[in-house]
Amino acid sequence: MAKTNGTGTNGAATRGAPVTFLEGIRQAMFEEMDRDPAVVLLGEDVGVYGGAFKTSEGLLERFGWERVIDTPISESAIIGAACGMSYLGLRPIVEMQFIDFIVCAFNQITNFVAKGHYLWNAPAPMVIRGPSGGGVHGGPFHSANPEMYFVHTPGLKVIYPSTPYDAKGLLKAAVRDNNPVLFFEHKFLYRRIKGEVPDGDYTVPIGKAVVRREGKHLTILSYAAMMHTSLEAAEALAKEGIEAEVIDLRTLLPLDEETILQSVKKTNKCLVVHEDTKTGGIAGEIAAILCEKAFGDLDGPLVRVTSLDTPVPYAPTLEDYFLPNAKKIFSAAKELARY
Amino acid sequence: MKKELTRQQYLDLYYYMRLNRAVEDTMVKLFRQNKIVGGLYSSLGQEAISVGTAYALEKKDWLAPMIRNIGALLVKGVPPRDIFMQHMAKYDSPTKGKDGTSHFGDLDNLHIVSPISMLGDLIPVMTGVAMAGRYLGQKIVAMTWIGDGGSSTGVFHEGLNFAATQKAPFVLVLENNLWAYSTPVRRQVQLENLADRAKAYGIDSYIVDGNDAVAVYSTAKEAVDRARAGEGPILIEAKTFRRLGHAQHDPAEYVPKEMRAHWEARDPITLYEKFLTSEKILDAKTKKEIEDKLDTLLAKEREFAENSPMPPAELAETGVYCTGDDCHKIRAKWERPVAEVSPPKSSVAAVWTIPGFGSGKGSGGVNAPIHFGDTPAAAEKSVNAAKSVNGGKSSAKAAAKTTAKKTVKAGTASASRKARR
Repeated sequence: MAKTNGTGTNGAATRGAPVTFLEGIRQAMFEEMDRDPAVVLLGEDVGVYGGAFKTSEGLLERFGWERVIDTPISESAIIGAACGMSYLGLRPIVEMQFIDFIVCAFNQITNFVAKGHYLWNAPAPMVIRGPSGGGVHGGPFHSANPEMYFVHTPGLKVIYPSTPYDAKGLLKAAVRDNNPVLFFEHKFLYRRIKGEVPDGDYTVPIGKAVVRREGKHLTILSYAAMMHTSLEAAEALAKEGIEAEVIDLRTLLPLDEETILQSVKKTNKCLVVHEDTKTGGIAGEIAAILCEKAFGDLDGPLVRVTSLDTPVPYAPTLEDYFLPNAKKIFSAAKELARY
Repeated sequence: MKKELTRQQYLDLYYYMRLNRAVEDTMVKLFRQNKIVGGLYSSLGQEAISVGTAYALEKKDWLAPMIRNIGALLVKGVPPRDIFMQHMAKYDSPTKGKDGTSHFGDLDNLHIVSPISMLGDLIPVMTGVAMAGRYLGQKIVAMTWIGDGGSSTGVFHEGLNFAATQKAPFVLVLENNLWAYSTPVRRQVQLENLADRAKAYGIDSYIVDGNDAVAVYSTAKEAVDRARAGEGPILIEAKTFRRLGHAQHDPAEYVPKEMRAHWEARDPITLYEKFLTSEKILDAKTKKEIEDKLDTLLAKEREFAENSPMPPAELAETGVYCTGDDCHKIRAKWERPVAEVSPPKSSVAAVWTIPGFGSGKGSGGVNAPIHFGDTPAAAEKSVNAAKSVNGGKSSAKAAAKTTAKKTVKAGTASASRKARR
């Protein structure tokens, strides 16, 4: 029986050795493929090469050519084929070499995969995962945060973890879920972040946010790489006597409204930080939810700290300006705390 | 047409073509009575293709129709009432009114995948079905259809190319009916034979007279047998003509009268009837029996469909997600030993072997340089600084056995996506 975790203060495991974020993902795939022969992996360069980021290192050696499939550069074909496989009871994991390329299969995902269960009762248990996000100077086509295209699509689930523990536990949960799950892996975290994962099998529930830092003066909602930046800002705020509660959303669809509302009820102020661009980002949706369900609890405006409404620029000076950072979060939070 | 089928097979083909046409004739009546909610797309004159190709499949095989492949659905075992109710958006329809036309499927029994309106998407999906069937040891073939128009979509090419590289047991029937809505084929494709598209993927193809039921069936049977035997995907171009407009609303006046007359004289059912009569397979008595059977069946099916209610409004909110095993039992049906695809039997030397040159090396180990974002240890952060003191080697104990600890030079890692695009 899988253990679950994720309700604790930082969701961290209590035992096991520290592994990188990337290694947590690799272990999840490895263990799920070991557990269930219906799990297969498809993607560009995932086999012999082990993936552009080495996320699938060692999988081909162990599971063979039928289960670890190097594909042509054809995102629609890869995702379409995975969908077809899922109809016969397989549980394919698809790697997008960079998540930027997921839009090449937009139609396949939003019209075929996502609508199947609603329309004709056809579950498509599959995971589409890949490296996302900026901060590594990948330029406009290797740094995207396209999560909101898909959060707007009923029928999908969208996960964007921030710790090795969550990455592993949520990916395992995604493989076992009966619905199509998009799993975003912030590439900045791949080898920079380490954390403990338990020795045994465990999953983290999809759709549950987690409080990473408790506080009473304001709530900071974030996810993925910006969760860490938000924690950094929270430490700086604490030095000025402002205790920020930092919540890691972890799943964007379905969104854990309960945890958000509970925190805002306590702090009465809400700041949303995301690396996605501002217009149409999850912060706007959260603002609407708070207006509908917690209007009376708010002592100040909902504040957004996000990337600029531009493509992700290449030059380090430009990208640094484009991205949110701890300083921007700190200033915005300080301003908000005055209300 | 040449004689090579059993009498029953000849009569089956005839029955299903007549059923195909009778079902659509009934739906035209329903449409004129405003009982059909949306559009109605006709396959008049193309029945031999739907019926002849689907008839070449076995019960365990999988198919995914396009909107005009009503005949294929009937051959696979879909009752006419389901087709009527789909078009009428009835609660008892396979999609309970959530979608119309031929947009429905059946994963458990009939092995039908629902199409969507975006053309070509079924090609990779059915490639995946074919790959999964092979993986599970089921020895199935997957079939779908595409039109002359749909063969220009990007996903057609991606899908067929992928199917070719995987040698998937997949048959694609390209119905060249000469018109994509109002645009003639020559304005879409500069190929005389659309079967030539197969050459681009290194797969075999056939060209067949789509109005000759026996030729369509024989060709499809050969293609299905070859795909099942492991020869890879096969493309069949069936040449035909769309006799009516894109849908009921479209009088198709852009089609020259002479062209329509030419093809009306080549009606597939009339041609087939002549053949069956001359071969003494069909006589007046048998024909009458079939017609009576169809009349009785369709009256009953139509009555059932008309009596089915509209779906309750609240149904709109349900079913977006599969909520767990209460909702569906998702089980792979293994027809080969699972041990074959499980370690240690599944384990391989993960290297490319290039004929004439030997093998390259396997992947570079977990500490190999990666594409973007590799960072010096000094830049590392910890989720929980107190706990994560060991920033060193990976602890993947499961990986330890299989991970080759080789070092790859940075240059190898950058043979990248970025360079290709």
